[in-house]
Amino acid sequence: MWDYTPIVKDHFLNPRNVGDIPDADAVGEVGSLACGDALKLYLKLDENKEKIVDAKFQTFGCASAIASSSALTEMVKGKTLDEALAISNQEIADFLGGLPEEKMHCSVMGQEALEAAVAKYRGHEVPAHSHDHGPAYPDQEGTIVCKCFGITDIFLKKVIETNHLTTAEQVTHFTKAGGGCGGCIPKIKELIDEVIGTRAEEPRKRPEKLSNMKKMQLIQEVLERDIRPLLWADGGDLELIDIDGSRVQVAFRKACAGCASSGNTARMVELKLRDLVAEDIVVEEVPA
Amino acid sequence: MKEIYLDNNATTKVDEAVFEEMRPYFCELYGNPSSMHFFGGQVQGKVVEARNRVAALLGASPDEIIFTACGTESDNAAIRSALEVFPDRRHVITSRVEHPAVLTQCRNLTQKGYRVTEIGVDGAGRLDMDELRGAVDDDTAIVSLMWANNETGVIFPVEEAAAIAKSKGALFHTDAVQAVGKIPINMADSRIDMLSVSGHKLHAPKGIGVLYLRRGTPYRPLLVGGHQERNRRAGTENAGAIIALGKACELAGQHMELENTQVKAMRDRLQKELMAAIPYARVNGDGADRLPNTTSIAFEFVEGESILMHLSERGICASSGSACTSGSLEPSHVLRAMGVPFTCAHGSIRFSLSRFNTEAEIDLVIRELPPIIHLLRQMSPFGREHLKAQQ
Repeated sequence: MWDYTPIVKDHFLNPRNVGDIPDADAVGEVGSLACGDALKLYLKLDENKEKIVDAKFQTFGCASAIASSSALTEMVKGKTLDEALAISNQEIADFLGGLPEEKMHCSVMGQEALEAAVAKYRGHEVPAHSHDHGPAYPDQEGTIVCKCFGITDIFLKKVIETNHLTTAEQVTHFTKAGGGCGGCIPKIKELIDEVIGTRAEEPRKRPEKLSNMKKMQLIQEVLERDIRPLLWADGGDLELIDIDGSRVQVAFRKACAGCASSGNTARMVELKLRDLVAEDIVVEEVPA
Repeated sequence: MKEIYLDNNATTKVDEAVFEEMRPYFCELYGNPSSMHFFGGQVQGKVVEARNRVAALLGASPDEIIFTACGTESDNAAIRSALEVFPDRRHVITSRVEHPAVLTQCRNLTQKGYRVTEIGVDGAGRLDMDELRGAVDDDTAIVSLMWANNETGVIFPVEEAAAIAKSKGALFHTDAVQAVGKIPINMADSRIDMLSVSGHKLHAPKGIGVLYLRRGTPYRPLLVGGHQERNRRAGTENAGAIIALGKACELAGQHMELENTQVKAMRDRLQKELMAAIPYARVNGDGADRLPNTTSIAFEFVEGESILMHLSERGICASSGSACTSGSLEPSHVLRAMGVPFTCAHGSIRFSLSRFNTEAEIDLVIRELPPIIHLLRQMSPFGREHLKAQQ
C-alpha cells in the first residue's frame, strides 16, 4: 500500500473544487482514458482578467492524481496567471506533504494542465505535452521519445531540468515515459546526460555581494537544486524552516528525520551553502 | 477497523487449526528432521505426515511432493529443470496471462537464445488451444500454463494442454497456485508432469510451497548442497511451515465442497448485485469456466486505485488490475491480453473470497461500492460526459 501523507488522503477523500465552471476563462486538459489518468482544469479570472478567482477540476485517476488536482486548485486561487504558472510540480507535491516518487507524475500532470489552460487562454500554442497516446498536438515542437505515452524530448528535458532528475527510473516516476514497453529508456538516459552536461557547464560561483533578498533566494535555490536531490537519493528530505540573515534553519524529513548522522548532513548543507552563497552561513537543525 | 477481507487470491488468513498444528515446532520441538536422534525424529514423523496430507489433496504419491519456499520457486525450478534435462530443445511455450513468476522467467530466456511462444487468450480469457497445437514442436522443452488465472479466476483446460505437449515429447508444467484447494485436483489420473502449489493461498503461512513432480520425470534441482527432499531440493526443511501446509491441505480437502457451493453462491450474488446496481460495468472472464471464489469487475471511466482506497476506508480489502496500485504504468497484462479496453482495464476490481467470508460482509460491499463508483464518475471528466448522456 502506498504511504500517502494524511494531507494526500484528506484531499483524495474530500477533494476541494470538484466540478466545472461553465463560463471559465481558461480550460486546460491533459491525459486520456488510455493513459490511466486525465485532468480537466477550469480557471475563472476577475473583471480585470488579472487574478484567478475560482478554479475547478475533473480528474480520472488514482488517489494521488485526485489529491494533486485538488491541491492545485487551492494553490492557484488568488494568484495572477504568471504567479500560478510559477508553481512547480514539486510545490504541488510539497503542498500535499510529499508524494511517493512513483506518483510524482500526478503532480507533473497538474502543472501541465495549468500550463495548457493559460497557454490556451493567451492564444499561444499549447506547450510540449505528455500523457497521451500519439501526439495530441501534431504541430508541437520536439520529437516523441516515449511512444507508449506520447512524450516529447522537450517536455522530458524540462522535467529533468526542473526536478534535477538523474536516473531513467526517476524520469518514469515523474513523467511516465519509459514505463510502458521500456524501449525509450536508452534515449531517456541520453537526455539526462545532455541536461546534466548543461548543468555542469554553468558557472557555479559564490557571488561577490548579495542583498538580503537575493541571499534568501539563492539559499532556496541551492537547497532545491543541489541538496534536496542528494537527500532524495537516500530516501530523505529536508524542509527550509526559516532564514534569518545568515542563519538557515532546516528540518530533516523522511529517512533523514531521526537519522543518527543528521548532524553530518547539516554540516554538509552548511558547507555547500558557504561554497555557493555566502561564507558566513550557519545551518541549524530544528526538530522535525 | 475490522477488515472485510476479499483479497484471498493475494494471500489468505492462516486457519487457527493450522497455526495450532505448527505452533509446537518452533520453541519446543525445534529439532532438525534430518538429525539422527529422537528429538529430530519426532519432527521427521510430522513432516512425513504433512507430505502424506499434501499428496492426498493432490491425488499424488508422497514421493512426488517436493517442499519449496514458495510458488515462485516451484515455477522457476520446474522450467529451469526442463531446460537442463533437454539441452537440445530450445523452445518454451507459456501464455500471455501467466503470473510473473513464470512469464518473467520465460521472457528472460529469450535473451539466452531460447525461442519463447506466448499463447494468447480470447475476450473471456480462454486459452487459444489451436494456437497451442500449432506451437508445440519437436524443439519444445516445456509447456508451462497456469491452471487458473489469479486475476480473473479463468480455468485453463490443462489436461488437454498436457496431452498436446506430451504428443511432441515436451514436459508439461502448470502453475496451480490459485487452483489447489479451490477445485478438485487428481494427479493420479493426469498427464501433467509438474505442478506448483503455494501454501499461503490456502490458509497455510507464507514461505512454503510445493513442486509436484510426477514419478519418473527427469529432474535437475534448482538448489543443491543437501540431501533433503531426496536430493531434489537442498536446504533444511522449513518444518513448521511444512507441518502447517499439511494441515491446511487436509482442511482444504474437507472444505472443497463448501468452496464450490457456499463460497461460490456468495461470489455469484456479489457479482450479480453489483452488476445490477452499477451501469457501465463488465465481468472480466464472464462466460469462461472460472474459480468459484473469484470475480473481476471492470468499472468504466474510473480508476482502480481510487476505488480501492475508498473501499479500504470502509474496511473492505480487494485488489485491482489498475496500473497505479502496483506502481507500474500499464494496466494488468492479463486484462490487456483479453482485449479489455483501456476505458475499463484501469477500473477493474478483483474480489476473491474464502470460506471465512460471511453473507453480511457481502451485503456490506453491495451497499458500499455503488456510491463510491458514482462519486468517482461524478469527478471523472469521462464519467461526467456519460452520466450526462444517460439523462
